Amino acid sequence: MKLRKLWVCAFVVVMVLAAGSISAGTLDDIKAKGFVQVGVNGQLAGFGIPDEKGEWKGLDVDTGRAIAAAVFGDAKKIKFVPLTAVQRFTALQSGEVDVLCRNATIILSRDTAQGLDFAQVNYYDGQGFLVPKKMNIKSAKELNGATVCVLPGTTTEQNVADYFRSNNMKMKPVVIENNAELNKAFFAGRCDCLTSDTSQLAGAKSVAPNPSDYIFLPEIISKEPLAPAVRHGDNQWKDVVNWTVLALINAEELGISSKNVDEMLKSSNPSIQRFLGVVPGNGKALGLEENFAYNIIKQVGNYAEVFDRNVGPSTPLGLDRGYNALWTKGGLMYSPDFK
Amino acid sequence: MTQPSNLSSPAQIDDIRPPLTSIGVIGWIKSNLFNGLFNSVLTLVTFFFLCKIVPPLIRWIFIDSLWSSTSTECRSASGACWSIISANYRFILFGFFPYELQWRPLSAMILLIGLLLISRHRRMWSKTLFYAWTAGLFFMAVLMKGGIFGLAPVESTQWGGLPLTFLLAVFGLAAAYPLGVLLALGRRSRMPAIKLLSIIYIEMIRGVPLVSLLFMSAVIFPLFLPEGLTINKILRAQAAIIMFTAAYIAEVVRGGLQGIAKGQYEAAESLGLNYVQTMRLIILPQALKIVIPPSVSILISAFKDTSLVVIIGLYDILKTTQTTLANPSWMGFSREAFFFLSCIYFVCCYTMSNYSRKLEKEL
Amino acid sequence: MSSTKQTENSIPFWQDPSRRAIVYQLATLAVVGFIAYYLFSNTVTNLQRQSIATGFHFLEKEASFEVGESLIRYSAADSYARALLVGILNTIKVAFVGIVLTVVLGTFVGIARLSSNWLVSRMAAAYIEFFQDIPILLQLIFWYAVFYDSLPAPRNALEPFPGMFLCNRGLAFGVPEPHPAYGYVAVAFLAGCLCVYFLRKWARIRQDRTGLAFPVFSTGSAVLLGFPLITWFVFGAPTAMNMPRLSGFNFTGGLTVSPEFTALLLGLVLYTAAFVAEIVRSGIQAVSKGQTEAAMSLGLKPWQTLNLVILPQSLRIIVPPLTSQMLNLTKNSSLAVAIGFPDFVSVANTTINQTGQAIEGVALIMVVYLIFSLVTSAFMNWYNKKIALIER
Repeated sequence: MKLRKLWVCAFVVVMVLAAGSISAGTLDDIKAKGFVQVGVNGQLAGFGIPDEKGEWKGLDVDTGRAIAAAVFGDAKKIKFVPLTAVQRFTALQSGEVDVLCRNATIILSRDTAQGLDFAQVNYYDGQGFLVPKKMNIKSAKELNGATVCVLPGTTTEQNVADYFRSNNMKMKPVVIENNAELNKAFFAGRCDCLTSDTSQLAGAKSVAPNPSDYIFLPEIISKEPLAPAVRHGDNQWKDVVNWTVLALINAEELGISSKNVDEMLKSSNPSIQRFLGVVPGNGKALGLEENFAYNIIKQVGNYAEVFDRNVGPSTPLGLDRGYNALWTKGGLMYSPDFK
Repeated sequence: MTQPSNLSSPAQIDDIRPPLTSIGVIGWIKSNLFNGLFNSVLTLVTFFFLCKIVPPLIRWIFIDSLWSSTSTECRSASGACWSIISANYRFILFGFFPYELQWRPLSAMILLIGLLLISRHRRMWSKTLFYAWTAGLFFMAVLMKGGIFGLAPVESTQWGGLPLTFLLAVFGLAAAYPLGVLLALGRRSRMPAIKLLSIIYIEMIRGVPLVSLLFMSAVIFPLFLPEGLTINKILRAQAAIIMFTAAYIAEVVRGGLQGIAKGQYEAAESLGLNYVQTMRLIILPQALKIVIPPSVSILISAFKDTSLVVIIGLYDILKTTQTTLANPSWMGFSREAFFFLSCIYFVCCYTMSNYSRKLEKEL
Repeated sequence: MSSTKQTENSIPFWQDPSRRAIVYQLATLAVVGFIAYYLFSNTVTNLQRQSIATGFHFLEKEASFEVGESLIRYSAADSYARALLVGILNTIKVAFVGIVLTVVLGTFVGIARLSSNWLVSRMAAAYIEFFQDIPILLQLIFWYAVFYDSLPAPRNALEPFPGMFLCNRGLAFGVPEPHPAYGYVAVAFLAGCLCVYFLRKWARIRQDRTGLAFPVFSTGSAVLLGFPLITWFVFGAPTAMNMPRLSGFNFTGGLTVSPEFTALLLGLVLYTAAFVAEIVRSGIQAVSKGQTEAAMSLGLKPWQTLNLVILPQSLRIIVPPLTSQMLNLTKNSSLAVAIGFPDFVSVANTTINQTGQAIEGVALIMVVYLIFSLVTSAFMNWYNKKIALIER
């Protein structure tokens, strides 16, 4: 039985070897290990998906890059961890990832019982329905008895059940955890409608064999504020993530983009000077370099650039800014001042 | 076949040649396909279905198919679109491994296959082979991980595709074997506490599906560790596969141990050998030899079971294929992609099971 | 670690195997206990630090998600406990139907493998080899894709037989309209079963005493069919059928078998049957040829040879490995989560995701499957004992 003990020792050694040690706050640990670990979707076009060469693309992915740029001044000091819906929160809780940019909806139970904290919303979404045009449906109220394709274990699944219940309608859910498989099932006619966040529906529609065969129903049945999440109780790190997202928005408000950011350094506007760290103070308060916002904008771009690059009208998703426009243009994107 | 033939006299046998209908091709067909009414009908029905299925299939696979085209050309073709494979094979096979470094997993796999081929012959089984394996596994790890000998380091989060599948299966079996042997010995031990622990472990693991263990490794294992200690995802999945495989190996080895005659134990005891010596020198060498063929079956199932890591989101070869299929331009060619994947799995498993059968005959 | 300390200062301990055994066991227990305690305390600290909810209180909360198919009445307003029960029943359903079909198909292929017909035997061999060597998950995903890719929408459903519709929503067919007569028919059938059981017992005793055989099979079948049929006539012979009709999006009425269920069943059955076929083949081959010849020379008819001589012997060889295949099928049914059939793992997965209580969820999965395994192996052990050779 000595062998058994040997095995135990080996196990302990392996555990110690495989472990990366975190000591004080998340921010210090990240600086010590030299990269940010970001949990992403991995399968969602426009938000987090690898391309043919394994290069990560998406709005959530760029949010992660912005955080890396803020912390290290280098958007490449980042590691993406693709997570399934069921893994995402424990991966964050256990410290496997430092921040979760995986289209997670803010709801009360996640903020409380699941031990998370949400930063600033990086995409305002709402749940809708996608149906084949040939079904001739004009409203979600006509969906009584329909078979509904939905991702399991998401707020989406609960919302659609609530919606059908409150309208006294019956539904038959088809739940497949894999996004691609779910879309395929819908296009093949396994379901009468696909329900999800409208951004995801747009992604699904864009990859349909014939996108013009499908239409959105006018009803938006829920609010889905999607935001990066961090572990509960680490306020400094939450501040960093929060103000990184706000920096993207604020840059757009101030008219700073990756193209003109170098010129803007010479701007005489005090807001811009404070924002880009020409007048110091913000960086130190957050525990970052003074030019963190400059790094974000230089390397990742402002919110408009990120949006247009990943989900905007020129992409296959072809989404309008909608709620995600600046507050000055009728949207909900609004950044407090950087001072 | 069992019916005695109507022999009249030995002399006639020499003179008359067997009728044409009982030798040669016709004779073979008659005795193997059309012996009796029932068999004839069966043959015809089977033949009819084969005629219905095989020609269109061959047409689809070879004649009408496209081998290297764009996906738009594929959409209008009537045959198989193998272009999905030729366009994406590097992602399917190697996942996120840095594009220009993909020769490394390739050579690691060639090394592994070479080692497997060498160990095929029983006359090669010796200490040298064991050292060769140890060195081989080490070099495979170096090739994958990098960091020394001037190789650029590659994070294990970037491993994927076929190397990951092989890695999970081979390392799974290699690490599970010692554990399985210990558990088997524990289960046959005379010490009640150790026996009980072994039984609980073996039966518990064998009673639950691998998916639940993988869930545990992926979702709740991180919560078992102290704050700040994390183990990477692949290693955790590997641990789950090891834990799972070990229980099955324990049962196989136990079968081998039971096959050893009691006289062997008694002889060892009368020579004054202690428990460890008895096991190491007398019992295990014999028992482990008996259980080689069933161990190969376990390797096969471990190899197939690695595909379940898809469910926890690891990029093994099934997941990379699915990711390719999620790509808008290649969506809808699932038949071709899964066919390709089935071929890979089939070739690997068939070679192994054939080998195990051959061994079984030899031993 | 503790063993060396104790043995150093007292040599006799070291040389007394029975005491040494105690030390070893204590040491092992201590190590295992320590690891368990270590992991447990870590978990508790982690959960508290991040204020994650614990305990099984969530079971009583409203589930607020729908489940695709259910054997019992279920709606999103029911509790998580009931949703999980739905999952358990669905797992039992697929495992039960799967096991029955697997045994039938496996036996069939196993016998085909031994056929003297070359073509049939080769086909069976190819089937066994092919389906054994491809991962079950890949097969499931493939079958599911085939199902929804190749079948038409409900509006253009295929109608292979009148009243039976095949489309990408599944297979819909008519079932008799509920009527009290069917209850009595079921009772009559059970009574018939009981009668046949006693008939068989009596026939065997009579045969032992007098040597006269009784046509149990034909009489038995007559009883089993006749009893329910007569009852059905007596209670008014209801013929009304509940036929599937296309209304709105889907078929309503009748019974619909979903593509997820069918794909899961197909994948599990085809995969497991390949293994069962090998077991059946080797079981039959293990009975020596002399047995067949001896039975024939006793003048037994072929079916008597099979039924009275070959099967009882080969069953003894077949049953233990068959048990483990049945367990494998049950466990593999957990892969339903990949193709969207709401089995237990799938529902538990959703529950974990919504409540965030992963430890409780995974523990539930493990406990439920352990119970399945224990029950199945207990039953098969009982059956195995029953058919075991009684040595006189």
